[in-house]
This record gives sequence, C-alpha cells and structure tokens, in this order.
Amino acid sequence: MQKITGGKDISGCAVSGILNTNGKKIDGRYIIRSIANMHDRSNGLGGGFAAYGIYPSYKEYYAFHLMFDDSYARERCEEFLDKNFLIEREGDIPTRKTVIQNPPILRRYFVEPREEKLDKSSEDDFVIREVMKINSDIEGSYVLSSGKNMAAFKAVGFPEDVGNFYRLEEYKAETWIAHGRFPTNTPGWWGGAHPFALLDYSIVHNGEISSYGINKRYLEMFGYRCTLLTDTEVMAYLFDLLVRRHKLPMKIACKAFAPPFWDEIDRMPEKEKKVMKTIRTVYGSCLVNGPFSIILGFKNGMLALNDRIKLRPLIAATKKDFLMVSSEEAGIREICKEPDKIWSPKAGEPVIGLIGKGVVEEG
Amino acid sequence: MKIDAGGVHYKQLNEKIREMVKKGEKWFDLVNINGQRYIGAGLVGELIIEIEGVPGNDLACFMDGPEIIVKDNAQDGVCNTMNDGKVVIHGDAGDVLGYGMRGGRLYVKGDVGYRVGIHMKAYNEKVPTIVIGGCARDFLGEYMAGGNIIVLNMDNKADPVGNFVGTGMHGGNIFVRETVKEYQIGKEVGMEEMSKSDRIFLKSVLEDYGRYFNPEISARELSKENYTKLYPKTKRPYGNLYAY
Repeated sequence: MQKITGGKDISGCAVSGILNTNGKKIDGRYIIRSIANMHDRSNGLGGGFAAYGIYPSYKEYYAFHLMFDDSYARERCEEFLDKNFLIEREGDIPTRKTVIQNPPILRRYFVEPREEKLDKSSEDDFVIREVMKINSDIEGSYVLSSGKNMAAFKAVGFPEDVGNFYRLEEYKAETWIAHGRFPTNTPGWWGGAHPFALLDYSIVHNGEISSYGINKRYLEMFGYRCTLLTDTEVMAYLFDLLVRRHKLPMKIACKAFAPPFWDEIDRMPEKEKKVMKTIRTVYGSCLVNGPFSIILGFKNGMLALNDRIKLRPLIAATKKDFLMVSSEEAGIREICKEPDKIWSPKAGEPVIGLIGKGVVEEG
Repeated sequence: MKIDAGGVHYKQLNEKIREMVKKGEKWFDLVNINGQRYIGAGLVGELIIEIEGVPGNDLACFMDGPEIIVKDNAQDGVCNTMNDGKVVIHGDAGDVLGYGMRGGRLYVKGDVGYRVGIHMKAYNEKVPTIVIGGCARDFLGEYMAGGNIIVLNMDNKADPVGNFVGTGMHGGNIFVRETVKEYQIGKEVGMEEMSKSDRIFLKSVLEDYGRYFNPEISARELSKENYTKLYPKTKRPYGNLYAY
C-alpha cells in the first residue's frame, strides 16, 4: 500500500459527529457538509466516516469492510474468512469515480463465526482475534470495520471527496461520525485514515497520543495488536477493553483516559476520591496523554471527549433529538443554523448521547 | 459595504476586504459568515467590520486599529497578537483568546474557554484589556506579562474561573467578580484588595459592557461588589532558575 508523507502545512484535524437520540436516520449529506466546512483543518491525506444502522437487513451479521492491496491479498484473506466464518453475503463496497486516487480493492462481507471455531470464546472476542490476525498476518489485507449494522468508510483524500467516493448520500444512519486528517507523525495511507473501528466501536481523533507506547504495550497484554501505523488505533481498543470486556460505565472509562489531577482528587469528597484513586491505580496504563479531542461512535450512541487540559477544540450542540459535536462551532452551524443549545464541554468530561435516553452527559 | 460571505472561502473573503480597504472603504457588513478564518487579520486604521454568523479562528489576529462587532458566538484565537483596535462579541467565545495580545480591547458578552489571555503583554501606553461577561475556564492569564483581564461573572456563578489561573504570570492584573480560591491560582500569583484606581478602571469597563451588551446594568453598583484582584508576585518568577 502506498504511504504518503506530506509536506508541512498549517492545519489540524477536524472531527464531527451527529446522533439522533430517537434513532431516526438521516443520510450522509449532512455529516459531509459539516466536515467539509472545516476543510482547511485537513490536508487531503485522509478522510473518513462511520455510520450506524445502515445495514438493517443484515443486522445479525458482522459487517466486515475490508481493504486489499491486490487480488493475491484478497484471495488469501477470503480463504481465511471462509475457514472461520459463514459468509451470508459479499460484494464490492459501492464507490463512484471521483478525485480519489488509486483505491485499493474494497469489499464487504456479512459474516457469522463458524460455531466449531468459537471454542468457548464469545462471538465478539472471536471476531476481534480474527480481525487482529487479518491485520497483522495477512499481508496487504486490512479490516476497516467489523461491527454489526455499521461500517467505516475511509480513504486518502479530503473528507468531502471521500464521502462522495463512497456514495454516502445513499446510506441512512442514526449516528454519523467524520474525520478530516492532517497526519503529523505518521504516513497518510488508506488504513491510517480515521475512523478506526473494532466491533461496534469507531473513533475519530484530533490530536496526538504521546502515551501511545504505554497504551500499546498494555493492550498487547490483552491480545490487541496495533498494526495501523497511527496512535488513534489504541483509543478504539481501549474503549473495547474497558467498556465491553471490563464492563466499566463509559463515563468511568473516560476518567481512566483523562483522569483528574492528583491534587484535584485530594479535594474530592471521600467516596469520589476513592473511586478516582482506584481508577488511576488500576488503569494507570490507560491514561491517554497528550492533546486530543475524540468522537466515539457505538451501537446505541455517541461520545465525545477532550484531554484533561483541553488542548484540542470541541463544541457540542443539541437541536430537538439531535446531538451534534464538532471541532468548530461552524461545523455545527453549517447544518443547523439555530441549535437549541450550544456549549463547550469541559476538559476531560465526556459528552454522551444514547438512543432512547437522550443526552445523558453534557461534559 | 455589505458582503455576502455564504460559502465563500476565507482567502477570497479576506482578499476582497483588503482590496476594498485599499480603495478607501471604511465599513463592512459581513453576512452569512460561518467559520471563515483570519477576518480582520493585519488590518490597520479606522475601520468597522460587523459580522453576522460565527467567524472562524484567529479573528482580528495582528489587527492594528479597526473595530469588529460579532453578533453571534466566536471561535478560538480571537485577538491573537492584536496590536490595537476593539473586538466586541455578543455571544460566547472559545479558547486561547488574546494570545500574545499587545494592545486594544476585547469584550465578550458571555463565557470563554481555556487559556484566555495567555501571554498578553503591555508596554508604556500599550495596555491590552480583555473583558469577559460570564466565566472563564482553566489557565486564564497563563504566562501573562501585562494588560488586564476582567471576569464579570454576570451569571453569578460560584466558580467563574477554572484552575491554574495566572500560572507563570509576571505582569498585568486579573480581576474576578467572586472569591477565588487559593488552589485555583498559580504559585506566581498573589491576591489583594482592589485599590481606588482599580475601582475607577473597573467602573469604566462596566460602563462599556453595559453600553455594548446590557443597558440595564448599573456600572456604579456592580463596581462596588466583591472582586478578587490577582497580581504577579514578581516580575521575573524564573530569574534564578538557571543562575548558579
């Protein structure tokens, strides 16, 4: 896969997300407009989207979006898939000819694990293991997303062009998240574009994770393998580990990633102090250091979070049953001229919207 | 002149403004602004720019004289390294306002974000002032080297400023309408009662605030209330850091 390292440019990534808390679906044009408003934050070396609720007819199956460098990689990967999964349906990911250059082979597969292969592990754990194997062992094959009734669409290019390339106006989703990339330390390549997705989690990120090494080594102890040449990947796996596997509430997981300072903890009431101390002690290696604003998409909602000293921008707004988050207020106002409420979430405090429950945390 | 900026890229917009300024235009009414960056950047002289919509980052950066009125919220980096002029924002504004600001005034009706007034500076008659109608978050006046920041706390919140206020501060003053707790300020910062001249200055600021945003308020009454004055304990907090 061609990996492009760009010249210096004045930029910063852009993120945007839209959730309808009643589960109503909207097509991809809105999120494209929102992220396109912040065009100047990215430099054409990566753009991408994740959409939830887009495959209702196949919602029981894991929807694998895969990318292959060549037909040899595809053959080997399909052999692997066939051995481990029942493939209910497969096909090309629909695209159209645009300015997007040199696309790899883009395929989607709706699959379920072969029962005899599960070997006591849960379906989700099995899928993760197989995804890691594809990414690290089958050269030229990469899993772009692997959740149910959701998918990631990403490429090297500006996000609005990527959205057009993937014909996102043809999909309807209750949650959309988007990213415009300005790679700083790592190459711009298709696999390195955001979102990063694993099972139902997908993440877009503006910033850099200077604790990448610590986070990566910690995750490796639990069987995750970081193969996509960029820091953001660890955030997707951290959410999977803490929320899905360790069953922490999302808000508490966020406290592990962006914990309060020790002197702040000292001033807390006794009970809260104990909780925070415990989180920082047990999950010290999950602290995500460095500047970030992230948006996480998941099966029934969306979450947005800043680093604990607010080194990257993030704005949230609501309009009726919609929750919108964005790097810039303009990204929201582009699609919603007069929000009911618009605010800047506090550093390290998550904004969480849940389908059926509304905005449960305002940050 | 009126400019419809709907869908216009910031480069075209700002080129147009500069071109018209050269031709002698003194007044601009920018409508349908949404996210265009660098509006007013480097403009010199007596101009008025009115903005409808949310202007993009670095509004009024390096500006030297003009007046900008934003009828909505503003984003990050307003008044970055501004030398002179006035910016009035009729909503909330984002992070890093007044970064390295060296003159002129910024008035925000509502709340502001993190790192506001970072490294503001002053020299002789050049004394920048930032007036915040609502609250400010962490790192207000970080590395502040001069000028004034005033937090009016019009919504009467218990904690109108965040933590790390004035960290690294070595010049200027911060006034907060509420008691500021010891743990909220940097170790380079002292707290004291306001002087008589501080009160007079504050009253003039409140009069401006009333004139721009809320004629109902009484500058006289409000200037008498409880304010915390934050000042730098020393002009060179790190003077001995590398001295052996």
